[in-house]
This record gives sequence, C-alpha cells and structure tokens, in this order.
Amino acid sequence: MSLSSSTIATLRRRLAAREISPRDIITDLAGTIETRNGTLGAYLTWDVDKALAEAEKADLSLPLGGIPIGIKDNINVTGQPCTCGSRMLSENYTAPYDAGAITRLRNAGAIPFGRLNMDEFAMGSSTENSALGVTRNPHDLDRIPGGSSGGSAAAVAGNLAVATLGSDTGGSIRQPAALCGCVGIKPTYGRISRFGLVAFASSLDQIGPITRTVEDAALLLNHLCGKDPRDSTSLDVPAPDFTSALGRDIKGLRIGLPKEYFISGIHAGVSASVQAAIKKLEGLGAIPVEISLPHTDVGVSTYYIIAPAEASANLARFDGVRYGHRSAGAGDLMEHYMMSREEGFGPEVKRRILLGTYVLSSGYYDAYYLKAQRARTLIRQDFEKAFEQVDVIVSPTSPTPAHRLGELKDNPLAAYLEDIFTIPVNLAGLPGISIPCGTAEEGGRQLPVGLQIIGKPLDEANILRVADAFEKA
Amino acid sequence: MPSPQIDIHHVAKLSRLALTEEEAAHYQEQLTRILGHIDQLSSHTLDAEPSAHAMPVFDVIRPDETRPGFTQDQALANAPRRAMDQFQIPKVIE
Repeated sequence: MSLSSSTIATLRRRLAAREISPRDIITDLAGTIETRNGTLGAYLTWDVDKALAEAEKADLSLPLGGIPIGIKDNINVTGQPCTCGSRMLSENYTAPYDAGAITRLRNAGAIPFGRLNMDEFAMGSSTENSALGVTRNPHDLDRIPGGSSGGSAAAVAGNLAVATLGSDTGGSIRQPAALCGCVGIKPTYGRISRFGLVAFASSLDQIGPITRTVEDAALLLNHLCGKDPRDSTSLDVPAPDFTSALGRDIKGLRIGLPKEYFISGIHAGVSASVQAAIKKLEGLGAIPVEISLPHTDVGVSTYYIIAPAEASANLARFDGVRYGHRSAGAGDLMEHYMMSREEGFGPEVKRRILLGTYVLSSGYYDAYYLKAQRARTLIRQDFEKAFEQVDVIVSPTSPTPAHRLGELKDNPLAAYLEDIFTIPVNLAGLPGISIPCGTAEEGGRQLPVGLQIIGKPLDEANILRVADAFEKA
Repeated sequence: MPSPQIDIHHVAKLSRLALTEEEAAHYQEQLTRILGHIDQLSSHTLDAEPSAHAMPVFDVIRPDETRPGFTQDQALANAPRRAMDQFQIPKVIE
C-alpha cells in the first residue's frame, strides 16, 4: 500500500517503528498529487518544499508528528494562499496567521500540506461554484464530488491525501464525504475554534476532518477540539479522548429513525443501502426506534434565510480596501465598492448576498429573519424531544448519489433542497458524522452512499462508537 | 409574509454589487422562485422564542488587556493598494 493511501493510524505505527520518515510521506504524496491532480482537481495549490522543510523538523514524539493534513482553502495557514475558491482572494492574498484549528494541528505535530478546492466561500454542494477549477469525483470522473468541501473529500477518496480538514455550514463536510465514500464529521457547534476560518454563516460554520476511517476521524478530533479565546463561541468544555469510544459494542443502544426523513423522493439505491445499514446496526444489538422531527419540512427554508443573512453581513468585509480584489476602473468610493465586489464574487455568492440582504432589509426582517430564528428554536426542540427517547439518530446523508457535473447548474432551488438531511443538524448545533454504507447504481456506475449519524450536543463519542462498530462489522 | 416581489436594483445597491442588467433580470427571477419556496414558513405557526444560535453561550467577555497583534507592515501586506503606510482608497473629499 502506498503511503498516500494509508491511514493516519498506520502511518503513525510505521513512523514509530522507523520504517518510514515524514519526508517519505511528503515525497510520496507530492508524487501522487503531481500525477493525478490534473484529472481530479482536488488541490488548488501545494508547496512541496515548505512541507519537506517541515517534515525534516517533525517531532515524532508528538501524537500527529509528521502527518500531512490537506486543508480546505478557507482556513488560514501562515504564508499560504487562502482563496476560498474565489477570484476575490485568488490574486494577491497570503494568509498572515494560522487559524486556531491549524495551531492545534501544529501543536500535535501535523503538517498542513496543500490547499483544497471548494465552492466559492463554501456556498454550494457540488464544488462547481469554485471560480478556480473543476473537482471531479474519484468514483466517476463525470460526476461532482459534492461540496462545499469537495476538494477535501476527493483528495481522500482519490488517495491524494491521508486526511483533510473541511468546514460544514449546512452539510459541507458530511455530504461530500458521503458522495466520495469517505468518513466526515461535523462536531458540535463550538467544539473547534472558528478563528481563522473565513466566515460564511457564523452561527452554523464548524470545522471538521474528512478521513478514510472512523479511527482517523477520532484521532484528529482529539487534537482539534478545545476552547480558543479568539473565538468567543468556542466552548469551554474538556475534549475527551475520542478514541476511547472505538472498539466498543452498541448492544442496547437506541437508534432513532425520523419518520420525516424516510420518505419518497429518496433515490432507490440510497434508500436500499441505508435500510440495509439499519438492519446491520440492528444485527449488532442496536434497537431501532421510530421518532418524529415535525419541523423537518421548514429546515431548508430556515437555513436559506439564516445562512445568506449572516453571509451578507460577513462578506461585507470584502470591500477592495484591506485585502482582496480591487476594481481598476472605479472612480469614486461607492463605485470602488460596487465594482470590486461585482468583479470579485461569482454567481452563487452574489445570489446569496442578494438574498441575505433582502431578508434583512427594512420591512422584511420580521417576516423572514425573525421567523427563521423562531423556526430554528423549534427545530432544536424537535431534536431535544427525540433525544429523550434515543441515543443517536440515523438517516441518509444525501437523498441522492453524486450528480453529473452541470446537472443542477441552472436550478439553485433544486440544489438547495438536496441539503434536507444535513441542514437541521447545523441549525440545532449538533454533531453529525457521515460514513460509507454501500453503493447506489446510477448511469451504470456504482456510486458511494453515506449514512448520517447524529448525536446529542457534545456527544461525539456515541456517534463515533456507532460509526466504528458499523465500519468494523 | 409579504409577497416576494423583490426590487432587485434596490437590493443590489444595498449589497454593494454593480449588477449588469442581464444579471439583475436573472437574479430577480431566481430569487423570486427561492423566496416563493421560503414563504412556506408563513404557513406554520412558529410559537417559539427566536434563537440566534444553538448553544447556550452568552455574553462572553475577556480581560481588557493588550495582546500581540500585526505590525503595520503585516496589516498592509495584502492591501491591493497602499500609500504612505496606509490603505489607499479613491478620493472621498474634493
């Protein structure tokens, strides 16, 4: 097995045994990326010399010593680009500091290596909204990898990375992980610092890992979580050793099946794979319980008010003055703002800024934004009630396998509706993981299907426990 | 819930986006459809307090102490245009 297709756990063992060096891993990865990234388009940029220099200094006594981690291109790493998949930041931006999550990875010995493609400013579910290139699904090159962390998932699935970081605002870690056949976890809101993550919707954004195995996800979480005084929403709670949740049985564990999630409209192959997964969990001793999440039908509407509203405020910082694209043709200051933003942002970002500005504008705030905030409370309460009956909740991650490139290009509403199972988890701030659970046939190809496991706030341990038991069975 | 009749030119100005006429027509049509879907919220009785975020974290304060920050050069390093160690913008006052 090549080093770039190994797991973190395997590499750690081999590094500890001195069979390989951190330099070997970077060299192997760089070779694979050079050969295959032209086809897959997972990475936007990667700096081999810098990574090799860090590999030389790697401290193998640290828990992630010498392990390279690919980084979604919206997380700042000192001295590296951070384009957010946008023309706005692709010309002349170099990150002047490390994000909180990067500081933690470095403290554990890991090497941030490579910048991964994404939907522009994380807005999208296909990575087709990147202004900087196409990313393809390694399982079928004519299909999307999902998004917005499509580069992060395609790199892991295509053996171009050992593990990567993504960010998830409405499913942007879990959905590409599902569509590419990887493991992706969005922790509880506040678990991982958002300092240095370019903000999309601040009350929903959360960083998390995409990996080959549940064990690797747990290992990375161990070193990513914790309070950061630079992010006032990060939670001041101790992070447990998430790997202690692994290798345990799930006998008697109650798994909730939301009746609103198992409806018509789900791809038959996805439905069959998820039903088989539930049977497998039952076989492992889990007890399925039908539950109700009555406000499921308003989840997408609530999200597409709250997220664009927050985005319209967050993206106001791109004014062509301090960083980012500046229009060459502007006369006065107002024209400077309007032209710089018009030229720098792509279609989906403009669409969401317009939508967010509209729902916050005078006369519409109560009708849209306030209503959405009330709906968010009800969605959270739905989960609270459900979790009185069950330990975890399972569902499909996405109602369909990967679409063909361009299939939903001119129908943003149809694309938004596909986020139905992942969005409520962000609105309620809960942890959720997607793990591979078989395949679905589409266009003569077998495409990966993801099983989503949702937990109580801060109960990542139980979703990892179920995911690990499922993976090993 | 107001009927989703969006004045795209007004919203574009508030958004500080110099949309082309073609873009304006395109977004007008798309946003009307999206808002039409979002309007389903109005058919629900939403009897709950609004929440700005999901976790019970409120009024986080920190000690008012100086912390290390950027040097002037670092802060200006990504500026598209700078002059005399400052950000340069188009002339505001004649």
